[in-house]
Amino acid sequence: MSITTAGYQLAPVLPELVLALGAMALLMLGAYRGQGTTGTVTTLAVLLLIVVGVLEYTLPAGKQVTFGGSFIVDDFARFMKILALVGSAVTLVLSTEFLSDPSRRIFEYPILVLLSTLGMMVLISAGDLITLYLGLELMSLALYVVAASNRDNAKSTEAGLKYFVLGALSSGMLLYGSSLVYGFTGTVSFTGIAAAATAANVGLVFGLVFLLAGLCFKVSAVPFHMWTPDVYEGAPTPVTAFFASAPKVAALAVFTRVTLTAFPGIVSQWQQILVFVAIASMALGSFAAIGQSNIKRLMAYSSIGHMGFALVGLASGTVEGAQGVLMYIVIYVAMTLGSFSVILAMKRNGQAVEQISDFAGLSRTNPLLAFMFMLLLFSLAGIPPLAGFFAKWYVFVAAIKANLFTLAVIGVLSSVVGAYYYLAIVKTMYFDEPAGQIDPMRTEVKTVLAVAGLFTILFALFAGPLVNVASAAAKSLF
Amino acid sequence: MTTWPILSVTTFLPLVGALIVYLSRGDDEAAKRNSRWIALWTTIITFAVSVILVMRFDPANADFQFVEKSAWLATGITYHMGVDGISLPLVILTTAIMPFCIIASWKAITNRVREYMMAFLILETLMIGTFSALDLVLFYLFFEGGLIPMFLIIGVWGGPRRVYASFKFFLYTLLGSVLMLLAIMALYWNGGTTDIPALMHTAVPRSLQTWAWLAFFASFAVKMPMWPVHTWLPDAHVEAPTAGSVVLAAILLKMGGYGFLRFSLPMFPLASHDFAPLVFTMSAIAIIYTSLVALMQEDMKKLIAYSSVAHMGFVTMGIFAGTMQGVAGGVFQMISHGIVSGALFLCVGIVYDRMHTREIAAYGGLVNRMPLYALTFMVFTMANVGLPGTSGFVGEFMTLLGTFKVSIPTAFFATFGVILSAAYALWLYRKVVFGALVKPTLMSMKDLTLRECVTLFPLIALTILFGVYPKPVLDMSAASVQQLVNNYNTAVTAVKAAALLQ
Repeated sequence: MSITTAGYQLAPVLPELVLALGAMALLMLGAYRGQGTTGTVTTLAVLLLIVVGVLEYTLPAGKQVTFGGSFIVDDFARFMKILALVGSAVTLVLSTEFLSDPSRRIFEYPILVLLSTLGMMVLISAGDLITLYLGLELMSLALYVVAASNRDNAKSTEAGLKYFVLGALSSGMLLYGSSLVYGFTGTVSFTGIAAAATAANVGLVFGLVFLLAGLCFKVSAVPFHMWTPDVYEGAPTPVTAFFASAPKVAALAVFTRVTLTAFPGIVSQWQQILVFVAIASMALGSFAAIGQSNIKRLMAYSSIGHMGFALVGLASGTVEGAQGVLMYIVIYVAMTLGSFSVILAMKRNGQAVEQISDFAGLSRTNPLLAFMFMLLLFSLAGIPPLAGFFAKWYVFVAAIKANLFTLAVIGVLSSVVGAYYYLAIVKTMYFDEPAGQIDPMRTEVKTVLAVAGLFTILFALFAGPLVNVASAAAKSLF
Repeated sequence: MTTWPILSVTTFLPLVGALIVYLSRGDDEAAKRNSRWIALWTTIITFAVSVILVMRFDPANADFQFVEKSAWLATGITYHMGVDGISLPLVILTTAIMPFCIIASWKAITNRVREYMMAFLILETLMIGTFSALDLVLFYLFFEGGLIPMFLIIGVWGGPRRVYASFKFFLYTLLGSVLMLLAIMALYWNGGTTDIPALMHTAVPRSLQTWAWLAFFASFAVKMPMWPVHTWLPDAHVEAPTAGSVVLAAILLKMGGYGFLRFSLPMFPLASHDFAPLVFTMSAIAIIYTSLVALMQEDMKKLIAYSSVAHMGFVTMGIFAGTMQGVAGGVFQMISHGIVSGALFLCVGIVYDRMHTREIAAYGGLVNRMPLYALTFMVFTMANVGLPGTSGFVGEFMTLLGTFKVSIPTAFFATFGVILSAAYALWLYRKVVFGALVKPTLMSMKDLTLRECVTLFPLIALTILFGVYPKPVLDMSAASVQQLVNNYNTAVTAVKAAALLQ
């Protein structure tokens, strides 16, 4: 296939084009037919995401570049995009109940998720700073609105506003950093920056710091994590599940691509930043989660900690490190979506319950749900033979190879601290007396939970092929 | 010779049993009975399969046998299983003890029976896997995975302070193990593989040896447990249900000793030699200190738990002596302690089921009402003391003999442990079994039931058999131990010779 426009190949951006056009078509459908179409639009949006995923998968192998190097499709991009698409699609599936309530029939919701996903795909493929910013803003602007989608709820509105204000600040930092990098290297393309970057170029290093600060905000790494607990708690639960999965994939992907392809010559400059950020995130994620009583807030701290672990892989700055990040994010997305489907299932008399104490005795009232959640929690804590262990294995093995021993030791120790609060939830579910029945689970929540749970248990059996794919994807960056 | 993966079958049979238990739904009495019987038959069949392992095992061969290998993760990390003379006795110990655990829980566990049986069967798979894994990652998977079922066993079916005990158990062990995980990674990059037999023949630089040894030590010393990181054990033992205590004492503690034998000595011989005085000191302190602590206990299970720490001190001492007698004695002591301490916990469980207290002061004069029980308890008490003619004597004697050649002070102090163990064990026995039967609550105590006899009499037979005829166990492990000791001494003397030349 060779479609061109202004001399540029369009084949590599075909999935993005389909997604954009599809989102527009669905927007028309919703706008002309009214709020009654929310269900239809959601279903079609999920189908659209699946189609885009298949298109992405069937793109010819190897590295393709278009728009003069601004847009890169390689194994890494394909891997991350498919993961982000899966995350978005699953979130939409999990949102059906939220959207079926008559007061919340907002057809814009699935469309915003689609547009945000489009932003993620652009972000993942970004080959220069302009495309990066374009994708990042497209993703974030849609997210701000989605966070406030529960319009009558003060907390949800507050979450959206908070996210917007802080997000705008971080975008500003990122832009400022980009302008410095451009000013001191004379180019915005990653390959150009890589060729011009030297550690002696103080202005460039200055710009790098701002750039990384902006990216840290998006992955919610300490010290740019403050928004996370409030937004996670305030946003409607399906939206929180979305925030915790697909955008994290995209942000981590662009983080990896920028550091490894735009600044490979000055690894020591950004490595020290990443080591600090990783240690701070792991430690804060572990310690601050202990005192939480709201499960969504707890998951927020948990995700801060997990981003810290993922950055351990990136800090090593090697192929193994990139592979570790890829493995970590795949497993993290599966565990997170599984955990959020449990949180979505926690309803009493139609009311969602979010306190950890509400999980008391779940193992008696709903043994299967409790068992699945227990496995997910042990997996999040990194206990073998569950998937979470392998995630930690691949990032730490990279850190050890890069001789980052202090980072690795602090990392594993904070994972022990982290295990404490996951255990505390298991304790509530298994050792405490039941707090009352919960409503029957909806089919789609059950399905997502079953898939995520099986992935977590059986990961050890089918890890081999996934490791190979991740390894190939990581190599495509170097 | 073998056409079917006999070791993997042994390992994963209990897991299959757990699945069958899971599929037998229902919460009524019939369902409970079903899960008990399924669990019992699974453990018995697993034991039967493991007996085939013994019959086909070639004791003259020091290498790994029943080896299975297939691709798993990336290069260098494979699914590799196999047993040698050091691990096979521990595998058999595991499969042999498990049916007794199930029988011991028959009446004691009445709520959530299905989950209980599943937890035990999954735990069995993980324990057998720990002893037969020949890949470090695979080993770690089994080793750490065991925490989950044990955490639940203590936490769900445990005593009043179960939450505290289960958290302490889990976090203590995890803390030690994560450091070992980092050492495994370092070894992976050093040797390019996590294959255990390959790593045994890979030279490890001196500095890495030191750090890796310490990291592995952190894990195994907690698991063992050695003084001063033993404090989780008494809590876990006291709160765990009877069968949980039995598994903990008989099998889980052996993972520490097994780890020293499988990893520390063969892979880091120089570091092991350097740190041997540290281990000797810690072992001697453990033997004397925990024996003294045991003297002061008011809870029967706690007393036996402290005595376990003391007995494990003999094992670590013997292993790091690095002599033939010491290492063989360590292996034997582990098997013997597995049988004896498991049986002692069963004995405590029997009176606990009747009286629902483990306070020593609540008992006295049981011999009047329970003569059979008194006899059984006496045999195991004597074995715990290390009376000649019981299996306890052989292990203690051999480890002391092996250590005497290397460090006379350690052997000297450790010998006090033998005396002290007689003091606390006999004291316990006198308080519980002898004396006048004055307490009115004890008047209606019934002697051992048939079910309890079935759990205890085979263990009595083994205790006395191995006491007078320890050859089966010693022969099984002799070749592997010999090879281990030879390699260790070769490595140590080579370095000493090199140091002399300079």
